[in-house]
Amino acid sequence: MSAIRFDGVSHRFDDGLVVDDVTLELTERRIGIVGANGSGKSTLARMVNGLVTPTSGTVTVDGLDVARHGREVRRRVGFVFTNADTQIVMPTVREDVAFTLRRHRLDAATAAARVDAVLDRFGLADLADRPAHRLSGGQKQLLALAAVLVGEPAIVVADEPTTLLDARNARRIAEHFATLDEQLVVVSHQLELLESFDRVIVMEAGRIVADGPPEHALDAYRALIG
Amino acid sequence: MIGVYHPGSSVIHRMPALAKLALLAATVTATALVGSLPALGIVAAATLGLFSLARIPVRVAWRQVSPILWVLAFAVPVQWIFAGWEAAATMGVRLVLAVALAAVYTLTTPVMATLDAMQVLLRPFARWIDPDRVGLALALAIRCVPLLADLVREVLEARKARGAEGSLTALAVPVIVRTLRTADHLGEALMARGVDD
Repeated sequence: MSAIRFDGVSHRFDDGLVVDDVTLELTERRIGIVGANGSGKSTLARMVNGLVTPTSGTVTVDGLDVARHGREVRRRVGFVFTNADTQIVMPTVREDVAFTLRRHRLDAATAAARVDAVLDRFGLADLADRPAHRLSGGQKQLLALAAVLVGEPAIVVADEPTTLLDARNARRIAEHFATLDEQLVVVSHQLELLESFDRVIVMEAGRIVADGPPEHALDAYRALIG
Repeated sequence: MIGVYHPGSSVIHRMPALAKLALLAATVTATALVGSLPALGIVAAATLGLFSLARIPVRVAWRQVSPILWVLAFAVPVQWIFAGWEAAATMGVRLVLAVALAAVYTLTTPVMATLDAMQVLLRPFARWIDPDRVGLALALAIRCVPLLADLVREVLEARKARGAEGSLTALAVPVIVRTLRTADHLGEALMARGVDD
């Protein structure tokens, strides 16, 4: 597994400190981050592939400083957003998945084979030439995940990937997460999604208030929110 | 007017995107220079032939061309009043043909092929213009049309639900704010996918 390290990391927005002196090493395969709105969990997740640069401290992925080696880190870290609609940048399903591979400079046949394989894996092969904006919410989130995984990242970070989905589609996404070989960091409010994870981190006001196996960390979170 | 690829294996589908772009530019320019209605009629027949050759269903073709008719509904009468019926008809036919020819291109060409064509086309200017960025801007423009249409629809529904149907402010402010926020999110997603690397 890759190693994600936060070393004395703080981040300040205009309205205050959102991440407050976090030191952490993530080496488990499936890690959940949970916390109330504004607790800093999404900011922490965004730091892993350089979407947010910490105000102080360093974040490293496999020893690479995210602030200085953004390109290499983003090749290793894929990011799935809450709203798939703003993650899809190409008009059709196939084109959006293929778009990820443009920076990989693969030959056309290899790229097409990888796109077909990932579309097949996520049950999107029949929708390959459909306009992406006409997919259902669940299909769009699957497309977002497929578009990340076609790049073969070592780590997948997902920021509340099931928040906008109904229960059935949330379950489908969770099932796909369960089959991933990649290291997975998921920010979520849906505690049942994190119950089978290896480690859960609970954040409150920018700090880590609980960290451990889900059975303990989730109980601590439930106690925190009353 | 901004079509989405209609898969197929026709001769037109298989033509290189760059050749199609060159033909599109030449035909639209020629159409703009041709002044006689009979000559435009021949171009119209050829355009119908292209749709048929590409095996584009009538309903799909109509969806691409019909929005321009709303513009013509206003523009043609105005032109008729000020320049006569022949000038009005010529302008109307030219516009419909330009849109129809562009639709043939977009319906038979995947956006990725257009991006690749842009790279080839702009390679001599790579010192001043980033071909990848131009291609990406084009693809995003196409992608953003349905995104913005959804956004406006949602704001219109919210405005109606709050009983502010006549208020321009209740439409413009949320549309602008949400458009800017969506642009931010899209930029973040592009960054996450390594576009700026």
